[in-house]
Amino acid sequence: MLKRLIYSREGVLSIIVLAMFFGVGVISPDFISLSNSVSIFNDTSILIMLALGQMLVILTRCIDLSVAANVAFTGMFVAMVNQYFPELHMSLLIFLSLFIGALLGAINGLFVWLLKVPSIVITLGTMSIYRGATFLLSDGAWVNSHQMSESFIGLPRYEILSMPVLGWMAIAAIILFFWAMKFSVWGRNFYSAGGNPMAAFYSGVNVGKVQFYAFLVSGTLSGLCGYLWVSRFAVAYVDVANGFELQVIAACVIGGVSIVGGLGTVVGCVIGALFIGVVNNALPIIGVSPFWQMAISGLVIIIAVIANATSDKDKARIILRNPNANDEIRAN
Amino acid sequence: MDTTIKKSATPDSMFTSKLQGLLRWESFLVLIVFLVCVMNSYLSPYFLDPWNLSDATFNFTEKALIALPMAMLIIAKEIDISVAAIISLSSTLMGLVAQMGAPVYVVAFVGVLAGAACGLFNGVLVTRFKIPSIVVTIGTMSLFRGISYILLGDQVVRDYPDGFEFFGQGYVYWVFSFELVLFAFFALVFYWLLHRTTFGRYTYAIGNNPTASYYSGIKVDKHRLILFTLVGVMSGVASVLLTSRLGSTRPSIAMGWELSIITMVVLGGVSILGGSGTIAGVVLAVILMGLVTFGMGLLNIPGIVMTIIVGVMLITVVSLPVLITLYKNKKAKAL
Repeated sequence: MLKRLIYSREGVLSIIVLAMFFGVGVISPDFISLSNSVSIFNDTSILIMLALGQMLVILTRCIDLSVAANVAFTGMFVAMVNQYFPELHMSLLIFLSLFIGALLGAINGLFVWLLKVPSIVITLGTMSIYRGATFLLSDGAWVNSHQMSESFIGLPRYEILSMPVLGWMAIAAIILFFWAMKFSVWGRNFYSAGGNPMAAFYSGVNVGKVQFYAFLVSGTLSGLCGYLWVSRFAVAYVDVANGFELQVIAACVIGGVSIVGGLGTVVGCVIGALFIGVVNNALPIIGVSPFWQMAISGLVIIIAVIANATSDKDKARIILRNPNANDEIRAN
Repeated sequence: MDTTIKKSATPDSMFTSKLQGLLRWESFLVLIVFLVCVMNSYLSPYFLDPWNLSDATFNFTEKALIALPMAMLIIAKEIDISVAAIISLSSTLMGLVAQMGAPVYVVAFVGVLAGAACGLFNGVLVTRFKIPSIVVTIGTMSLFRGISYILLGDQVVRDYPDGFEFFGQGYVYWVFSFELVLFAFFALVFYWLLHRTTFGRYTYAIGNNPTASYYSGIKVDKHRLILFTLVGVMSGVASVLLTSRLGSTRPSIAMGWELSIITMVVLGGVSILGGSGTIAGVVLAVILMGLVTFGMGLLNIPGIVMTIIVGVMLITVVSLPVLITLYKNKKAKAL
């Protein structure tokens, strides 16, 4: 049991992350203190939640490049609602962020489900549309912290058991996903739809619908993260989270979610996100310029996919999605 | 685009329908280009001025140079989204070489060489380790631009040797800029390569069925490697032009260009699933995008709104053929 745990991808990854964590701790003991560990986790929370949503999409052989643009749009939207109606209750704003995120995700999902258009093209398009829409919405203006209400900024910072609500939200998402992906039919369908769409079709799984759900969940989480991002940094502007979709995909890939679909675990995905979180937090401490961050995450993605490819060689040759499978499904 | 959907036809009729479909798509593009021209000249009296039109070409020639090999790569069922990052890295290296006082031709050569090396790196990762190209290029996208950030940080390089500005700002004859002439030259080269050589035929074969191509003796991996390197080389060329035109280098150069380049290719009728598309279609799409952007520029529409329109165009272009087929199928069922 222990041996299997150590030799699994998640095992190896956690050892690497822990080694990095304590390695930096040798240089700077403060780094591994409890409060700093909590703050690293808290810093990584948004990445974890987005990566979990992205994992569902990648499991079904799709990709969602529009998550960061969704974060920017929803964040700007709720920030502006808060600016003009400061007396509105927070629960309503959170519901609003979930709803708008879900709506943007559903647009992606509907194209993929009903028109069978490759997701990479759709989300590449919606990525620039959502980002442009953020500009149209705000007219390029910023919403600054003094224009936001106190509860709007305070909610993710509110501490329960010395961890901010933001971190607890990530933990709730992890538990929910862990349960759903392991024990619910709804969750298992993502694996079957991505692992073998033909077989899934013949066993009564509506592959397109499952893909739609994946985009819906990814969009909903992006919406929530849109609010969390804007409130955490206490500012909303057009370029919020620019390029963040790459980090989200990187977290999935590092965590062992196979880009060809059907493979990947919640635990792996979370550790993948934590890997990026630890690297980002460690760089300034060991005195490396933050300009190294991008190249390092690129290098890590490449190493991770090479490791993936050498471990599951036979599954690694499909790009985008298999067109024939869909044609046959449609023909039936 | 709609060719990929018709699977039930016999091989013969499939070929003719494919041919007709492509012809229709390209004539459709010609029609739209014409309409946009008419509309633009109606909207703005400055549109039909030769110098204005010549200025407009600078908006797209650099991207278009990359769209040509990208079309071939997508036809071969691969994709490269690291092209903008290649431009950034190659521009950074040119800047560093120029700072050391290298002459014009060395600077330009370094740019192209750096592009080729990046492309080769992508190709080796895809072919050696059998990794899907989209993941590889998502990784190298961060890596290449990340190296630029390591080398330059938040600095800007401006000291380029005299004469370097010719590549991006010079004119060969009257209103014909060096960039435009170079694009026309490469459009012909790639037309010849894709439509007149075995290399081009192999590209289609690989895109339609990599396994069958492999078993019929095509060196699939070597072919892919060459295509990735070609994309890299042309990104290097584009980087020389862009750097020369701006006269400066910073790591964030050409941010987001991969979107417009892929849009040009898809708009030109190249199937994102591989196996079909023409250079003529891509060239027409390039002209169309250039004219639309230019027309919007004349109307003072901000750049970010143009990205919305590019996004809408991309989605429309891929969805429209599917919608038409769905509609046709429904009609056929009703009869």
